[in-house]
Amino acid sequence: MKILVAIKRVIDYNVQIRVKEDGTGIHADNVKMSTNPPDDNAVEEAVKLKEAGKVKEVIAITIGEEKAQETVRKALAVGVDRGIHVKAEGYIEPLGVSKILKKIVEKEKPDLVFMGKQAIDDDCNQTGQMLSAMLNWSQGTFASKIELKDKSVHVTREVDEGLETIEINLPAIVTCDLRLNEPRYASLPNIMKAKKKPIEQLIAKDLGVDICNRIQQLKVEEPSKRKGGIKVANVTELVNKLKNEAKVI
Amino acid sequence: MSVLLIAEHNNSNLKTFSLNAINAASKIDSNVHVLVAGNQCENVCKEVASIPLVKKVLQSESTNYENFLAENLAPLIVKLADKYSHIIASANTFGKNFMPRVAAMLDTSQVSDVIKIKSSDTFIRPIYAGNAFVTVKSNDKKKCITIRPTSFDPASTSGGSAQIEKIEASDIPNISKFIKKEETKSERPELGTARIVISGGRGMQSGENFKLINAIADKLNAAVGASRAAVDAGYISNDHQVGQTGKVVVPDLYIAVGISGAIQHLAGMKESKVIVAINKDGEAPIFSIADYGLEADLFEALPQFLEELNKLNTIQK
Repeated sequence: MKILVAIKRVIDYNVQIRVKEDGTGIHADNVKMSTNPPDDNAVEEAVKLKEAGKVKEVIAITIGEEKAQETVRKALAVGVDRGIHVKAEGYIEPLGVSKILKKIVEKEKPDLVFMGKQAIDDDCNQTGQMLSAMLNWSQGTFASKIELKDKSVHVTREVDEGLETIEINLPAIVTCDLRLNEPRYASLPNIMKAKKKPIEQLIAKDLGVDICNRIQQLKVEEPSKRKGGIKVANVTELVNKLKNEAKVI
Repeated sequence: MSVLLIAEHNNSNLKTFSLNAINAASKIDSNVHVLVAGNQCENVCKEVASIPLVKKVLQSESTNYENFLAENLAPLIVKLADKYSHIIASANTFGKNFMPRVAAMLDTSQVSDVIKIKSSDTFIRPIYAGNAFVTVKSNDKKKCITIRPTSFDPASTSGGSAQIEKIEASDIPNISKFIKKEETKSERPELGTARIVISGGRGMQSGENFKLINAIADKLNAAVGASRAAVDAGYISNDHQVGQTGKVVVPDLYIAVGISGAIQHLAGMKESKVIVAINKDGEAPIFSIADYGLEADLFEALPQFLEELNKLNTIQK
């Protein structure tokens, strides 16, 4: 059994992003970058399955500029066996990303592909489902629990009404929720060891897939700021304000 | 060309978010057709047919559609897509699950979570947890779009009489199977559509303490929400989570209790009309967006709050 984990390097979730004054995008220079949080859960789950003896090899893949390799290196430090870095400049839409991943899946032939359910930068929530469609594989999205069986996976999904459990045949795509597990931190010796693990580098435009963006970004703007209100002294004043000023109760 | 809206339902009734999505769809093109794919979903079709904005209902029945598995729904939608310029669904866990699958099969780049429709090809959507809005123009011939339901008013539900057309079910790949669904049953209003929401965070300290929140929710006929921290800690189930990866709510009144206000949580509630924050940490970021902030120990404030609300009702009577 082999698992491919797709991970993305994004602006760290703690950074308060700033919109560029000219409306062309986000200030991304000199801001802290890290792995997309639910992608960390995807890595953790794959590594856990390997430690449990159910999986032989775990491969991490990222697509992006040179520095995106850091994300793969971090995955190697928590137990992933080897990495793939597909070098590409600029933003690629989930459709293009899925096409690249499809190429890699065809080459590596994993039984499972894991990734986060959503990237916290573009908030698209598309790539796993798209890749699944392109491969005609089954999909288990928003997974908060995974049970690997012989020829299938039981996936518990976080849905609006509660939890849903489905059985999906292998090979399959699973997109991971933040509650799937608790990602570990890399220990110093493992970080050192990870430096020796291989990362294969490929060039996106050499893969022969169409990754041209179909969606034009016309303008990025800051949402209107909510102005802060007042502090009330006590509960009586609060209820009074809600009743007589805001008129919401 | 017409637009095709994929209805969310439970085989008996239409889910309310589809009403918001239908309204949004009608802003793209007035010729809105609605696909109701399910099993024994006659009543849903009738409900949809009576929505005045809907011009035609497509009814496709099969046991394969009973649980709305993406692998089974996608081929049906793709088969119908020929006749439509836009395929539309709500951006909740229903639409998010199957729409990208449809988009990929149509080789289309999906526009997710639309909050405003500028024209038939130009939309506004939030990115970075709602900290930026991007205006995008889709150059794909066929467009796949998910709609943030809380950004659009619901369509009116009576007075229409759309034609119901039966559509044959499609072949399915037979690679996935539904096992079970554990729904949280509640007498309270739905979180996504409630007029008042009261949410608890890590400051609640335990699931047991949510009874303080519940008592106020019952008094105000409010829905109960939670921050991710509270759900992660096991105080309350996942369907209550408000935020970037949870639910987005836009109530008239949002009361955040013991929630510090991480940007991921704010993403799910900062469009609320009136925001109240109750937190003992006066520096908590939640206060910067609250209309009314109360710096207090929630274990004292919540019982007092309930007491004051009780008094209020006596006055009203």
